[in-house]
Amino acid sequence: MTDQQSQIPVTVLTGYLGAGKTTLLNRILTENHGKKYAVIVNEFGEIGIDNDLIVESDEEVFEMNNGCICCTVRGDLIRVVEGLMKRPGGFDGILVETTGLADPAPVAQTFFMDDDVRARAKLDAVVTVADAKHLLGSLANSPEAQEQIGFADVILLNKTDLVSADELKTVEARIRAINPHAIVHKTERCAIPLDRVLDRGAFDLDRILSLDPDFLEGEDHDHDHDHHDHDHDHDGHEHHHHHHDLEGQGVGSVSMRIGTLDPDKFFPWIQTVTQEQGPDILRMKGILSFKDDPERYVVQGVHMIIEGNHQRRWHDDEKRESRLVFIGKKLDEAALRKGFEACLA
Amino acid sequence: MPTIQEFPLAAFVVEAAFLGDVPVFALGNGVVRVVTRAAAEPVVVHKGPILEAVVTSDGRLLSGGDDGSVMLTRIGEAPEHIAERPRKWIDHVAVGNGGVIAYSTGKTAVVRWPDGREKSFEHNRSVGGLAFAPKGLRLAVARYDGVDLWWAGTDQKPIELTWKGAHLGVTFSPDGKYVVSTMQENALHGWKLDDGKDMRMTGYPGKPKSLSWSVRGRFLASSGSNAAILWPFHFKDGPMGRPPVQLGPRQVPATKVACHPKEETVAIGYQDGLVLAARFSDGNEARLRAPDGSPVSALRWDDSGKRLAFGCENGAAGIVTL
Repeated sequence: MTDQQSQIPVTVLTGYLGAGKTTLLNRILTENHGKKYAVIVNEFGEIGIDNDLIVESDEEVFEMNNGCICCTVRGDLIRVVEGLMKRPGGFDGILVETTGLADPAPVAQTFFMDDDVRARAKLDAVVTVADAKHLLGSLANSPEAQEQIGFADVILLNKTDLVSADELKTVEARIRAINPHAIVHKTERCAIPLDRVLDRGAFDLDRILSLDPDFLEGEDHDHDHDHHDHDHDHDGHEHHHHHHDLEGQGVGSVSMRIGTLDPDKFFPWIQTVTQEQGPDILRMKGILSFKDDPERYVVQGVHMIIEGNHQRRWHDDEKRESRLVFIGKKLDEAALRKGFEACLA
Repeated sequence: MPTIQEFPLAAFVVEAAFLGDVPVFALGNGVVRVVTRAAAEPVVVHKGPILEAVVTSDGRLLSGGDDGSVMLTRIGEAPEHIAERPRKWIDHVAVGNGGVIAYSTGKTAVVRWPDGREKSFEHNRSVGGLAFAPKGLRLAVARYDGVDLWWAGTDQKPIELTWKGAHLGVTFSPDGKYVVSTMQENALHGWKLDDGKDMRMTGYPGKPKSLSWSVRGRFLASSGSNAAILWPFHFKDGPMGRPPVQLGPRQVPATKVACHPKEETVAIGYQDGLVLAARFSDGNEARLRAPDGSPVSALRWDDSGKRLAFGCENGAAGIVTL
């Protein structure tokens, strides 16, 4: 029942009001892709189509008795997913639209923390639609807008036709400062091949391929190989790290790269970090090398929830190193780096 | 030896029930299958999945669907369309005394009298489940942070039974003395109505979603563990300070429980499709159906306790005759 094949992929669609989420949803619902998607929206409102697979649902956050923030889930999603599973024929995917002001974390956590939902559905990716013209203003005024960018696996930088090339560069730089690892697609009216938005497997440990900050999936990029990694093999740069957080209090990222780790040091450390700083950590991803271990170990996390597993053998020509990326609020880069380095074998 | 008659119904079995003597299965494709001798004849009742269904005291099937319809189905008649909330889901239904029914959509619970009169009860959060008290027109509504008890025939404010967390289902004990809810956090919560005392029933590895009162209400059986968990309610303070009875322990979670109407025996359906019956007194088990890999999603005895109807998520359904 819990095997991955039977779990329906769920795409979470976030973005500030007016960024173009509805445009994207309408495209997904009308395009002739031969697939069956259920769409969960806040209100039918602007969805221009009458389709019985569109479900309206009030965002309803369930906080647990234990007060643990990572146990906060979306009750309406649990109910709707359970209802959808009764339909014959199943679905190729479920899309969840969140309001412009919503925190995407409870949505994501629902797919990890609720056993019933987890048995039937798996989070595929968080897709954020951003309005190229208004994003900078939203980011300056709204922690939610920052979190939506920080949380994203895929960002559609939309309405690029409404800004100049210079403005677009500024917006992109700001996005990269918050989240250097999301795949950014520049679009007009959300025009994009849907396979770049759906079925991304962004939470699949098997599909964590690279954590290079500059690793962008361009239209013509081949991302089946890791050869790209070697482009960043700087001599003498044992510690390749970035910390971007332009406004101090906002959402930023810490990217770290060191050598082979001692697992007996790393696991207690990462547990402590996620326990203590979980509420401020939006996302975490890592590709790790452990001593006496021929396989790559990959981890990913949302707030306090972390998952990890062996992925594959290190290739002979691959540099064995450990990379870890945090995206979050109030990240203490120096402390994180010190802690991570203390895990070296 | 029990005999078993199986039907491949090809749609998620949401509920199994007996309308009078006739077994029926309410399905995820909106169809109710009515068993007549060897066949299970389809009656189209909803345009989408049936979300909940329950038998009325006069032997009809009350159902709510994701097509926004509330329907009543009687054997041999066309289904009666009794209410509609366009583009909404009818999440829950319940039956009370004297032909009164209730249904809910989102945050609204609606009580409907046999003459067609309706009254709405609004809540701040979504309705998690509905149950009528065994006597009188009292409706329990499970919601976030507790349960509301409404006297449906009056304009009084509800009595609020408060306990933090999300309450996803609710039941009255057959003597009306207790209200028990199922919770998101793998627990049951009970209230003793005369003094308002809280009863925490915890320790489940999963959500205890299926509840069933045993004959005379002596035990409350529940799913959510790798066995049926039965809390004793025949003591003065209910189950407080007393360990529950565990029946039918396996390596597989129990998904459905149904207490026998006449004897202290519980039928248990498991995630792998196995169905067994276990006796309270000595834990003796009788296997009633072999596992086929699909979770048991519906389980119901007839009034005589001679037949047990079951259904599974993959559409397998059947009747065990003891």
